[in-house]
Amino acid sequence: MASPLKCNLCSKPATVHLTQIVNNKVHKVDLCEECAQAKGVTDPTGFSLSDLLLKASLNTEGSDTGPRCEQCGFTQNDFKKTGRFGCPHCYETFKALIEPMLDNMHKGTTHTGKVPQKALARKSLYDRLTTLELDLSEAIKTERYEDAARYRDEINQVKQAFGEKPAE
Amino acid sequence: MVSAAADEQRAAILETCREALAATAPLKRAAQASIDELSELDRQILVERHLISRELSGAKNGSGVVISPDQTISVMINEEDHLRLQVLRAGFQLKKAWAAIDALDTALEDCLDYAFSPTLGYLTACPTNLGTGLRASAMMHLPALVISGQMEKVVRAVNQLGLVVRGLFGEGSDASGSIFQISNQTTLGESEDTIIKRLGSVLHSIIEHEINARARLVENDAAKLQDKIGRAYGILQHSHLLTSGEAMNLLSLVRLGADLGYFPEDSRSLVDRLFIEAQPGHIQHVSKSDLDPAQRDSRRAGHLRTEFAAFPAPNFLNGADAKPQNDN
Repeated sequence: MASPLKCNLCSKPATVHLTQIVNNKVHKVDLCEECAQAKGVTDPTGFSLSDLLLKASLNTEGSDTGPRCEQCGFTQNDFKKTGRFGCPHCYETFKALIEPMLDNMHKGTTHTGKVPQKALARKSLYDRLTTLELDLSEAIKTERYEDAARYRDEINQVKQAFGEKPAE
Repeated sequence: MVSAAADEQRAAILETCREALAATAPLKRAAQASIDELSELDRQILVERHLISRELSGAKNGSGVVISPDQTISVMINEEDHLRLQVLRAGFQLKKAWAAIDALDTALEDCLDYAFSPTLGYLTACPTNLGTGLRASAMMHLPALVISGQMEKVVRAVNQLGLVVRGLFGEGSDASGSIFQISNQTTLGESEDTIIKRLGSVLHSIIEHEINARARLVENDAAKLQDKIGRAYGILQHSHLLTSGEAMNLLSLVRLGADLGYFPEDSRSLVDRLFIEAQPGHIQHVSKSDLDPAQRDSRRAGHLRTEFAAFPAPNFLNGADAKPQNDN
């Protein structure tokens, strides 16, 4: 006889089985009586299946041997415990973990909506400025003064684009 | 992100966001508050008015809210994400609400850097909000679908379309007063316009079902329906103890009565106001002393008795010929 299904949240025998079909994709969650009550599943108006799917798919106890985010220090277990990331870089760090989840959770896996154009333009200027400043100090260190002058002029141009006064 | 931010980082982000918000046109004269400055009662009242979430009301130091003078825009800072913009519009105005929030968001880009990836969109703390980060919702009063036992079917159908139905106060809340919040569940892979269009078309279809359910109730079960509405009116006029859940359900029936023409049309706005005023925080607010739940039930009944003393009696003859209407 097949072994009974286990609750996705606490591993007790599951008695509540939910199936949702979105875009021809079947999503299934198995829950025990207690978890179903706690998550409001018995009240058809009070739960969101995507939140449940996220928590259910994360609920695997174990040692924290996965990657650690180098920006914020978040580990896979931190994410499993909270269902939240610590910083934007976590999306890179835990890419392999969340990519299959996104496919289940959303209509697609690629953003097709609004893009913060102004903020992105500012970020690209900022990144350019950081690179130029590094180049400038390297050029001074190695006594490449012609290059240094060119970098300084470029830095001034970028600063003007930011609305800042150029350096003397 | 908020979950990993230290106290001083949260405080700095709160300040940066407040400055950026104050520089935008709609929030120039907005009210600002840190959550730790607000009393528990103030926070509860803001939750009851849908201006802050329950999560923000229980947030640590370094969280705050900015609310426009007309209370149609509220911005939560350091809730689940650093910034949560919310625009509220009465009636069925999804596109206008989106236009307003889009303009505010674009204005904020002048001062704030968003965490954004070209492939994953806006990088939110929780992957369920990734992409557009847009949660478009409509509050709908659906008493006829509830009375006729069709709500569960509607919830199931709506869920299959990738939308979610919740009670009046979002996640985990019950649906007292037959008021439901219907919103998109997915945020990645579709543009904001598509999300709003899809939600709008589902809402139209729910409105149609509600109108049909009302028409069927009037046609097949008029006596039962009028009995429910008449009793609700009687209880609101004469009761001395009312819990907030019961008050919501009674007001819901009177609101349905107003829609069906049993009460004058302008009485509906009074009922809408009472929906807010009957909630625990609001009852506590008008009382000058601390109330326990039983005392609140007594004050609530007293307030509703006073309001309903001058409320016109239902005229069921009027309503019988009236065309059922719905403008959620």
